[in-house]
Amino acid sequence: MRETTESPQHSHEDQPQTHHERPGFFRRYFWSTDHKIIGSQYLFTGMAMALVGGFTVYAFRMQLAFPGQSVPGWGRVTASDYNALVTTHGSVMIFWVAMPVLIAALGNYLIPLMIGCDDMVFPRINRLSYQLFLISALVLLGSFLVQGGAFGGAWTSYPPLSAKPQYNLTPAGASLWLGAVALEFVAFLLGGINFVTTVMNSRAPGMKMFDIPIVVWMIIIASILFMASVGPLVAGAVMLLFDQLAGTGFFDPAKGGDPVLWQHLFWFFGHPEVYVVMLPAFGIVAEVLTVFSRKKLFAYKTVLYTAVGTGVLSFFVWAHHQFIAGIDPRMANIFSLTTLLISIPVAEMMFVYIATLYGGSIRLATPMLWAIAFIAEFLLGGVTGIFLGSAGSDIYFHDTYFVLAHFHYTFFPIAFISVFAALTHWFPKMYGRLMSETFGKVHFWGTIIPFNFIFIPLFFLGARGDHRRIYDYSNFPDSMRAGMQDLRVLATLSLVVLLAFQVVFLINYFYSIFFGPKAPENPWRANTLEWVAPSPPPHGNFPEGLPNVYRGPYEYSHPDRVEDFWPQNEAG
Amino acid sequence: MSTRPIATTRAVTGIPTGRLAVWWIIASEIVIFGGVLGSYIMHRLGHPEWAHQSIHTNTWAGAFNTLVLLTSSLCAVLAHQAAEEGDGKKAARFLYLTVLGGLTFLTVKGFEWRSEIHHGYTLTSNTFWSFYYMAAGLHGLHVIAGMVLMLFVAADARQGRELQRVENVGLYWHFVDIVWIFLFPLLYIAK
Repeated sequence: MRETTESPQHSHEDQPQTHHERPGFFRRYFWSTDHKIIGSQYLFTGMAMALVGGFTVYAFRMQLAFPGQSVPGWGRVTASDYNALVTTHGSVMIFWVAMPVLIAALGNYLIPLMIGCDDMVFPRINRLSYQLFLISALVLLGSFLVQGGAFGGAWTSYPPLSAKPQYNLTPAGASLWLGAVALEFVAFLLGGINFVTTVMNSRAPGMKMFDIPIVVWMIIIASILFMASVGPLVAGAVMLLFDQLAGTGFFDPAKGGDPVLWQHLFWFFGHPEVYVVMLPAFGIVAEVLTVFSRKKLFAYKTVLYTAVGTGVLSFFVWAHHQFIAGIDPRMANIFSLTTLLISIPVAEMMFVYIATLYGGSIRLATPMLWAIAFIAEFLLGGVTGIFLGSAGSDIYFHDTYFVLAHFHYTFFPIAFISVFAALTHWFPKMYGRLMSETFGKVHFWGTIIPFNFIFIPLFFLGARGDHRRIYDYSNFPDSMRAGMQDLRVLATLSLVVLLAFQVVFLINYFYSIFFGPKAPENPWRANTLEWVAPSPPPHGNFPEGLPNVYRGPYEYSHPDRVEDFWPQNEAG
Repeated sequence: MSTRPIATTRAVTGIPTGRLAVWWIIASEIVIFGGVLGSYIMHRLGHPEWAHQSIHTNTWAGAFNTLVLLTSSLCAVLAHQAAEEGDGKKAARFLYLTVLGGLTFLTVKGFEWRSEIHHGYTLTSNTFWSFYYMAAGLHGLHVIAGMVLMLFVAADARQGRELQRVENVGLYWHFVDIVWIFLFPLLYIAK
């Protein structure tokens, strides 16, 4: 039966596809089914959206530091502007920056190269996935232009605020936001199915389960987590859309509904989502750490099992976002327990990474700096999470800047620090050229130092009870006690410095694409399969035939070898 | 698309790529319907008075529709069998029968909804009816999607192309069928 139903093309295995006519500019860059082009499309769209997210945070942080004054580049931030800016910043950074860059862009670019095949298994579905994603981004940005402006009900979109136009004052913006998010989920479901199927079915001959590089594993586990958690929110989005447009009352107690139901549906997705973006970041760091410390990854299987454990546990922690939403205190105990439990596998990964560094020949190139910074900064994010995981202290900290600072200490390392590690590490492969190390280091320090100066003040503000959803603190004497406004100004000025230093990165990145020194095939002397392909890899990836795999991805400094690395595809 | 990538033709797991992907699609759909049904069940348990609403659903029409969907699933199985024997024309005929089943299902559903709306039970009259129309509507969209897919697959199968897709689309159809098996008792029988 299998013989008749499978495609009979196995005989062509290992024959590289060499005869490709060069398609026109449009078909090459906008209508391509090549996984590398689609990855770049995701990357550049994510970068553009990161600029949007950065600009919105600049505008509303300026309002908080200098209330009521005109903000250069935006004008006076009105109260409804403020709501829309905060909502857009949150939604964009999570759904249109972290997700597309970490999972879609890097997944698309790296998976086929790292498992040694020529493309994704469904190239056209891959292209569709990006196109849906692009439409969703345009819908979100377009919502700034409709009557009432962009949605202003925060990225969590709690009803009744999000369901009733008389509360949120953005009837069109609210529905467009929901539609954009739903469309984006469809795009990532298509992409995720593609990733999982590709890695399950299309690995290079000889690549066994434990020969798969950790970053690929992490993207796959993240894709499965996403698939398993997003369904209830899709259902919730349909219900909320009906509440907004058709007048139903799914989340309206007056009509027999329940607003807390949305919180359950949202956070059942929302918390695994944290791990959906966190795991690929940990994967990137694993790759970079091993290459730049010339050591085998300490405890490969432990990393893998803790990642799976984190993923499973992440489905049982969601109600820690709802400790003050009126849930049963006995439930709060259970969710405190699971939340504190989940710090164990994450801490284990931290220890594994530190153990990988121990005794290695560490080279502090730019990617390595980012990887080490990731561990240090994420650790702070993790430790402050303990206070929020236990219901007792969370009731005090809920909705203060402490939560916000904790969240950013996890998400900034995930969405930016690890991505900078990845971009600087794989840049030579992507473009066949090298980035400037000097500019890279200037950008590194120009990002890390202001980052801490933004969020450490916010921890202190939060501990002093600053509520996070306030437009103008000068209206509240309790929030204007000695020194509090100074901390806000410090955070805002640090943000401006951080944003300014991103220009260094953009110049370095785009200058190096065209004018950087030429990179060899394997500039970092790394083991994984993507470094076997030419830089940049042509369509079909491996012109000399698809590689076979003989060993795991982290055989660095093997005692029997003269060379300190041992590529996965080298026989013997 | 001139050629398929080599990636698509590999099958490390032993499961053909297309079928593997359909299983993942089904897995992601299960959680969507899981969210809808879970929310409905929690609400239903909190509102025993909804029994007075659900009494107005037409159980016999629902039962007939269940029978129709199960029969259409049988046709999908027969189509798969024909495809395995390499008989694309026969597979296509069975797929058309399956589509006919879907069409019958939707027609019955249409009459049902018409009569209910006529009696004043609309989307907004009560959260029970909101769930009723939303859940059945979401399922109906999946029925329509399945029918469209089957027409495409049948057109290929008639010419003996891409016969492995007959099984894949059948898998999806069984899933849509099973969702209905959950919806029917929850919305119609539980009075």
